[in-house]
Amino acid sequence: MLLGRLIKQDWGRSILLGTLGVMCVVVPVANLLVPEDSAFHVSTYTVTLLGKYLCYALLAMALDLVWGYCGILSLGHGAFFALGGYAMGMYLMRQIGTRGVYGHPELPDFMVFLNWEELPWYWFGFDAFWFAMLMVVLVPGLLALVFGWLAFRSRVTGVYLSIMTQALTYALLLAFYRNEMGFGGNNGLTDFKDILGASLQSDVTRVVLFVVSAIALALTYLFCRFVVTSKLGRVVTAVRDADDRTRFIGYRVENYKVWIFTVSAVLAGIAGALYVPQVGIINPSEFEPLKSIELVVWVALGGRGTLYGAALGAVIVNYAKTWMTGAFPEVWPFALGGLFILVTLSLPKGVVGLVRSLPYWLALRVRYMYHKWGSLIRAKFSH
Amino acid sequence: MFRRSVDKDKPARGFQPLDDQSSRFLARKPSRDELVNTDSGYILYLEDITVSFDGFKALNELTLYIETGELRCIIGPNGAGKTTMMDVITGKTRPDFGTAFYGQRLDLLRLTEPEIASLGIGRKFQKPTVFENHTVHDNLELAMEADKRVWATLARRLSGEERDRIAEVLDIIGLKEEVSALAGSLSHGQKQWLEIGMLLMQNPLVLLVDEPVAGMTKQESESTAELLTTLAGDHSVVVVEHDMEFVRSIARRVTVLHEGRVLAEGPFEEIQHDAKVIEVYLGE
Repeated sequence: MLLGRLIKQDWGRSILLGTLGVMCVVVPVANLLVPEDSAFHVSTYTVTLLGKYLCYALLAMALDLVWGYCGILSLGHGAFFALGGYAMGMYLMRQIGTRGVYGHPELPDFMVFLNWEELPWYWFGFDAFWFAMLMVVLVPGLLALVFGWLAFRSRVTGVYLSIMTQALTYALLLAFYRNEMGFGGNNGLTDFKDILGASLQSDVTRVVLFVVSAIALALTYLFCRFVVTSKLGRVVTAVRDADDRTRFIGYRVENYKVWIFTVSAVLAGIAGALYVPQVGIINPSEFEPLKSIELVVWVALGGRGTLYGAALGAVIVNYAKTWMTGAFPEVWPFALGGLFILVTLSLPKGVVGLVRSLPYWLALRVRYMYHKWGSLIRAKFSH
Repeated sequence: MFRRSVDKDKPARGFQPLDDQSSRFLARKPSRDELVNTDSGYILYLEDITVSFDGFKALNELTLYIETGELRCIIGPNGAGKTTMMDVITGKTRPDFGTAFYGQRLDLLRLTEPEIASLGIGRKFQKPTVFENHTVHDNLELAMEADKRVWATLARRLSGEERDRIAEVLDIIGLKEEVSALAGSLSHGQKQWLEIGMLLMQNPLVLLVDEPVAGMTKQESESTAELLTTLAGDHSVVVVEHDMEFVRSIARRVTVLHEGRVLAEGPFEEIQHDAKVIEVYLGE
């Protein structure tokens, strides 16, 4: 059937990349060139909000890579996102220079407040952009590598692994809340001034950050697609479906799991690093277990194992969140919980699965109607 | 560890100068055939293997030798330890006692499942386990003998020869039409065949085949028998099967397991009339 064949083609990819491409052109023009009183003007607030959604979409895609394709349900992916965010935040803190409240040339405000004499060793190097970017990748990556190596080598799987990832992010939450850790305690890192010499308050910087996020999302998508369509991708899905069988045909299942988990953590870190300059703050609440669970809902709602489904889910849920926390703030947690139950029970393949199956369903209905009414009509005319 | 065998019936494993420790110092990685030394004519040596689960002895001092290139059938009532024996050989279960050697040099008890698999011991499970969400083609591709490390796999593309090999195996297992069908959509018998095909793709030296004809029609099981008989010779084939008709049609040598040890061993006709074997089977 023509309709079926049309749907079989991968429209999700074209739509995702097309939308990102169009947004890269339209949003900057509508924000910077269209006058503010025009109906087509996009406010800087909206640009930042969209940029935030794109970062979430990137994070969701990272989770989909491990959960949708390898079956590892990580309930602690927020930790990698937050670590990437902190690395970026540390760079931005060092850019403040003497413009802080206390005007100290080297120490961030919170350190002066704690009467610290000098910069802790782990803050060194973060004044250089390249070093901070290296850390954005290395810190979440190394943590995931060590954690994954320990967990997967001991063949911890399923619910136990999920609980461990949850514990990981909770432990980091507690650690980052402590002032002595040197990451600003519960206030986190904020009051950023500029990035690479460009003021974070200016519209142009905001638009550039938005465009960079869109490009990063597109590249991440292409990269993830390359991974999942490679032979490695097929091995990883084989591990998801029957890990013992994969072992008996000669693959070291643990190594594959560690690899995909680490790659996913690095992507989550990049998402965090793009997120922080746009929202202007990073604090320990990003490590909250609830945030990581919310992230799982995004992916489940969008449809796991498709990559673009995860991005779609992130945007839908966060748009709903933005709207609902404005309109009925008390209802949001219930709505989120209800959404998750609804998706689990009636949309196992998420929104993407629903959209995909719609034409088949329609075709079936049409055929059914034809058979039911067709014979009646024929009977009538044969008289 | 390496006891000289005194027993006359025991095939001598002989001196092993090249175990996996010393091979580490070779300039190049030794090939599979160099590692698996079968000069003595035997490929698997299981001696005094004991496996107990919570006091229950699934294998009780099992001693079994498989000759290179032979087709061996292993029969026995439920719980005789047939599957546990395969688990020990493939590294899934570690025995409490005993030694298991693959060729004269390789200690199976010191190798992991993927290592054993890539050294050439392939296994077909009792319940057909194929990758249901992959196509028939992809199932064969995944099983194919190749560098199975992570980075090598990421960049891997099929060569012309490998495509030919897949086509050849598709032909053997009769799934040419279903090449791009999802393995999950195959019939039970077809899944069995696909799994045998995956075994062939691994190019193993030893094939451990657990109940290959369960759920197959008479015709299908006849062609399975034919296939396994042709494979023996170049490969050593160990078949665990309940279907006596099938065993009769392929077996040259049969081992009867009972309560975790070998009850009888010999040609099918001899086994058939063995008093102990009859007692075990009729006594059940």
